[in-house]
Amino acid sequence: MTQPQQATETSPALPLSDVARIARLARLKLTENELAIYANQLGKILEFMTVLREVDTTGIEPMISAVPCENVFRDDLIVESLPRKLALANAPKTDGKSFLVPNILG
Amino acid sequence: MTLEAGGSLKTGSGTGTSSLGSLFKALNSGTTTSRQIVESCLNAIDKRDGSIGAFLHIDRERALQAAEASDLRRSTGEVRGPLDGLPISIKDAICEAGQPATCASRILKGYVSPYSATVIDRLNAAGAIPLGRVNLDEFAMGSSSENSAYQLTHNPWDLTRTPGGSSSGSAASVAARMVPGSLGSDTGGSIRQPASLCGVVGLKPTYGRVSRYGLVAFASSLEQIGPFSLDVFGAAALLQTIAGHDPHDSTCVNTPTEDYLQTLDTPLTDLRIGVPKEYFGEGLDPEVQKIVEEALAVYASRGAKLIPVELPHSKYSVATYYIIAPSEASSNLARFDGIHYGYRSPNFADLESLYAASRGEGFGSEVKRRIMLGTYALSAGYADKYYVKALQIRRLIRQDFDAAFQQCDVIAGPVTPTPAFKLGELADDPLAMYLSDIYTIAANLAGIPAISIPAGWTASGLPVGLQLQGPVFTESRLLRAARMLEIDRPWIDRLPPVAGG
Repeated sequence: MTQPQQATETSPALPLSDVARIARLARLKLTENELAIYANQLGKILEFMTVLREVDTTGIEPMISAVPCENVFRDDLIVESLPRKLALANAPKTDGKSFLVPNILG
Repeated sequence: MTLEAGGSLKTGSGTGTSSLGSLFKALNSGTTTSRQIVESCLNAIDKRDGSIGAFLHIDRERALQAAEASDLRRSTGEVRGPLDGLPISIKDAICEAGQPATCASRILKGYVSPYSATVIDRLNAAGAIPLGRVNLDEFAMGSSSENSAYQLTHNPWDLTRTPGGSSSGSAASVAARMVPGSLGSDTGGSIRQPASLCGVVGLKPTYGRVSRYGLVAFASSLEQIGPFSLDVFGAAALLQTIAGHDPHDSTCVNTPTEDYLQTLDTPLTDLRIGVPKEYFGEGLDPEVQKIVEEALAVYASRGAKLIPVELPHSKYSVATYYIIAPSEASSNLARFDGIHYGYRSPNFADLESLYAASRGEGFGSEVKRRIMLGTYALSAGYADKYYVKALQIRRLIRQDFDAAFQQCDVIAGPVTPTPAFKLGELADDPLAMYLSDIYTIAANLAGIPAISIPAGWTASGLPVGLQLQGPVFTESRLLRAARMLEIDRPWIDRLPPVAGG
């Protein structure tokens, strides 16, 4: 296959401030070292993605799924759901009734 | 059923298992029992998995009890189908009530599924025996097993090489004759690529054919659960068991399933095989190309017509996929928050830092890389440029297939550009690893079914697969076409060194 050109060694790194912003949006605490590595790798990967710019997509409907997106309806019936005990069983911290989180309002 | 499934039977001897088809026949004829088969698998695992590293967890007692229950059913004539009594390994991303499901991630260490995936319920209802949770690249992100937080899985044909991924343990457990079949999942090639690199059959069904309920979600619009097997019969029997509508998954379509076993041994006549020039160009290993072309020649000698077709947007599929899949992953993996289940970091000051620390410490580097990439592609100012653009090109890729299938019944080509690469060879270069998915990811973007079947071995003894892709809901056609090659060039008796070959 005629493969798109791989990004070169000189691919621009993503600015560290952008990487830090994305990490914050993704709720990922990254080390300084990780931020630097991702800045380089994401820069390369995003440069590779620019190959898509050469495709004229004017008027093409985005394809979000391979099957037709239709609402699926069901009868509004009460059915058995996961018992509370099982739903809480894997949680790091509970009081036996609820998931426990740190104080949200100081 | 009149089935001629290939493969010699080697049960009860401790040398491991044979194909689902031959075990099915042996059970029917009374020459073995489910208990003997399960014991033989457990022996093979004890002997070989130390060097393969496929299994993360095995519940021996439960498997043996299920085997005894199956033998009891058989003795009273209540056999539930072709898989009754046969052990199947399960990718550790498919939930089984009461069993661990780590997704090979540190963040899910110790997690025990409170419910079973629909495919597990269906296996159990058919009398099949889930035998062991097998390794994968963390959250099914990867092509080598190297992203597992727990262990490497080694290729049974050469222990220094990757078995492929992300369903690494599924392919390796079957190839090493430790189990006759497995369930994996395929988001961008994660069934077909390891099947090809391990010399077994692997099928990705049409999107919507098999319920995803209970599969830990990575990229919901792309992934399907599908079978691994030594033989085509086993892949058909597994698909028969797991396919069909499920109210728990609204993307699982309500289209009737075919009887995949009924027609399996009837060769397709006047088969038109599309051969895309884009699959045979730069980057394809010459030995892989030769093996694939030889397989195509087998079909031609059986009356198939080879028709050149074009898939002009193929070269955009890697870039398109690596925008869409990480975007979906960044959303799906938001559920791992240190609150509801999984790892919670002790290093937090408030709720937000609890989320960020738990995720930062719990996820591995590839998972974090994809969450970052997806978050970027969906972020304000970039969504149109990346995500929407990729979705538009996804449609063009699907339209390429629709046009090609006007001229042919199936599209054939390689599964991977090279045979199994060395463990470690691509580990530090994510983009090079992504490019190894070049022939498999278009089927996920388009939603079409595709199968990988063993086509041959390289001079150094590494397996090479042939990929057949078909229009939506043509699994029966793909399986019949695969069976034609299996009849002509049976592969099952060729054993990897680890299994005595």
